[in-house]
Amino acid sequence: MTDAASPQAPTRQRSFFDQFELDTRLLGMIGAFAILALTFHFVTEGRFLTPRNVFNLTIQTVSVALMATGMVFVIVLRHIDLSVGSLLATCSAMMAMTQTVVTPEWLGLGLNHPATAPIAIAVGILTGAVIGAFHGWLVGYLGIPAFIVTLGGLLVWRNVAWYLTRGQTIGPLDENFQLFGGINGTLGETWSWVVGGLAVAAALWALWNSRRNKVRHDFPVKPLWAEAVIAAVIAVAILGFVWLLNSYEIPQARLERMFEDRGEAMPEGFTQGYGLPISVVLLILVAIVMTVVAQRTRLGRYIFAAGGNPEAAQLAGIDTRMLTVKVFAIMGVLCAISAVVASSRLTFHSNDIGTLDELRVIAAAVIGGTALSGGIGTIYGAILGALIMQSLQSGMAMVGVDAPLQNIVVGAVLVLAVLIDIIYRRRTGDRT
Amino acid sequence: MSNDRPDIDRPDIDRTGTPLIELRDMQKSFGGIHAVDHVSIDLYPGEVVGVLGHNGAGKSVLMKMLSGALPRDGGEIYVKGERAVINNPRDARRYRIETIYQYLALADNLDAAANLFLGRELVTPTGLVDDARMEAETRKIMSRLNPNFRRYSAPVKALSGGQRQSVAIARAVYFNAEILIMDEPTAALGVEETRMVAELIDELKRQGLGIFLIDHDIHQVKALCDRASVMKNGRLVGTVDVHEASEDDLLGMIIAGKKPGEPGGAEEVLGAAVH
Repeated sequence: MTDAASPQAPTRQRSFFDQFELDTRLLGMIGAFAILALTFHFVTEGRFLTPRNVFNLTIQTVSVALMATGMVFVIVLRHIDLSVGSLLATCSAMMAMTQTVVTPEWLGLGLNHPATAPIAIAVGILTGAVIGAFHGWLVGYLGIPAFIVTLGGLLVWRNVAWYLTRGQTIGPLDENFQLFGGINGTLGETWSWVVGGLAVAAALWALWNSRRNKVRHDFPVKPLWAEAVIAAVIAVAILGFVWLLNSYEIPQARLERMFEDRGEAMPEGFTQGYGLPISVVLLILVAIVMTVVAQRTRLGRYIFAAGGNPEAAQLAGIDTRMLTVKVFAIMGVLCAISAVVASSRLTFHSNDIGTLDELRVIAAAVIGGTALSGGIGTIYGAILGALIMQSLQSGMAMVGVDAPLQNIVVGAVLVLAVLIDIIYRRRTGDRT
Repeated sequence: MSNDRPDIDRPDIDRTGTPLIELRDMQKSFGGIHAVDHVSIDLYPGEVVGVLGHNGAGKSVLMKMLSGALPRDGGEIYVKGERAVINNPRDARRYRIETIYQYLALADNLDAAANLFLGRELVTPTGLVDDARMEAETRKIMSRLNPNFRRYSAPVKALSGGQRQSVAIARAVYFNAEILIMDEPTAALGVEETRMVAELIDELKRQGLGIFLIDHDIHQVKALCDRASVMKNGRLVGTVDVHEASEDDLLGMIIAGKKPGEPGGAEEVLGAAVH
């Protein structure tokens, strides 16, 4: 039995767009992003939506977007984390010291040993997890407000990082480590197509699986043609993105050097696109994992339940204090992953790495529809939020807007985005 | 009101066997104030015991100790004659004690199925939350409890008071509660919805559940309960059979803290109030 067939079901004719059962908030954000991008493209006379600029835009977004996915959990649980930029710096410093001092000298592995990058990354992730869990313990078990704990952390970890490196810039970083930096680590055209193809296959499988699940339980499903249209849009979007990044060509001089390094001569007329940056693939993987955690695991369910009604969660037997520790630990791990991307993009660790990132990360989550009152937020929203912020910033820079005015605009957009979100929720009766 | 329903389907409760629940000498203090002061109450299968008293009389605190939401300072809980260890809500659920809270204790941002299974989610073999199966189970139980319920994908904050109440009740019924604690289950409901809850309580009684019903409304208690335990200032005034005690008797216990017939009891207090 479906609702449509039962006598009590609403008789209202479903409109063309209703048949797709789309998330209107997601559509709104994509629409806003599209208008923004097209406006910049027009104003810069076609320089904004070029393969080169899209490539740069994506690799600039990764670091903030990674942390924003974790900030969604923190804010959904009615907390805040002001220390992410500083925590990123401490993780970055730990990893930089590991790969420039610990592995080459103490362990005697020398420079650019294959084991260096994995060891350094493991050290960074452990650092992030431990510090994050410590923040969570202070908040959850000792009852200190997260605002205070992480405001303290903002000062503490920025300067712990300073002591770890004695205030020096540490670099150059390990060659394999630098693969996560963006332009120094891309998949090339062939592998990008392979990854794009796999992504399309995975998306189609997910759509089909979800439909099959609904049918099995006799739940109403979308018409098949609507499903097909959605599948086609997703496939075109993924493959179009790969095509765009593949058409950003590696400069000839750089290609020649690559062939020289391998001791080969470059064939006449050889060209190669950059393709997908490894950092972007990393972000996509993190986004998928975080979305699955949010929607399909008990942990995610409890984070949203405790954010919606902490008392109800406790009465249901959920240990909200341990939950707080876990959420801040996840945030710490994401700061560490973000530190890998940020420091390898620079090719060195610097003292001011991640400065003011806490504000960008919180802004990305909030622009992406995460409600500071708790219980509401999505991973894809936060990533789109980060992308919108970064597009605004680099678009204005391309147009030639002064740096102070850029910040004024970004600040105003943040407030405006939240206002629009509040109005949207009032209209749809989805109060927070 | 539901107190004019005929009392035809109210069998005598057999109180010769082992009680379902025995609360013995329960104590709880908050900073020197005795919120619950040496209170003992028992509950038999198929019985509804009303727990009455003013705000702050200690009835909710007493019930929260039974449901594991509050740790007790002293006293013991026996479930079917066995001493029970109840230190948190999960412990209480293991003894099939389920609670429907006054403010419903629902996560407003989640849908009916997520709330029904909160803390006890069904999972797939890979350990992921099985939303489809939970929704199917929710549809099954709701078709029994509230056949008009349709809004399975809406967050519960979009639901009416009665719909929310049916989600909270479904949670207790689905997990085969043997002991049910209801904290003012009809406080937020209209007349028709109140009647549905009353019918449900009768139905659960017939299935042999024991129910503690916290309530302010004496008419309601007279209509739904078999016995009533009245509390005042943390102490148990007494437990009476509601068929033998009049509404005035109950009022006197609540207001004056005296059992019927005691000096300073209902007759004098109410008399003074009238004159």
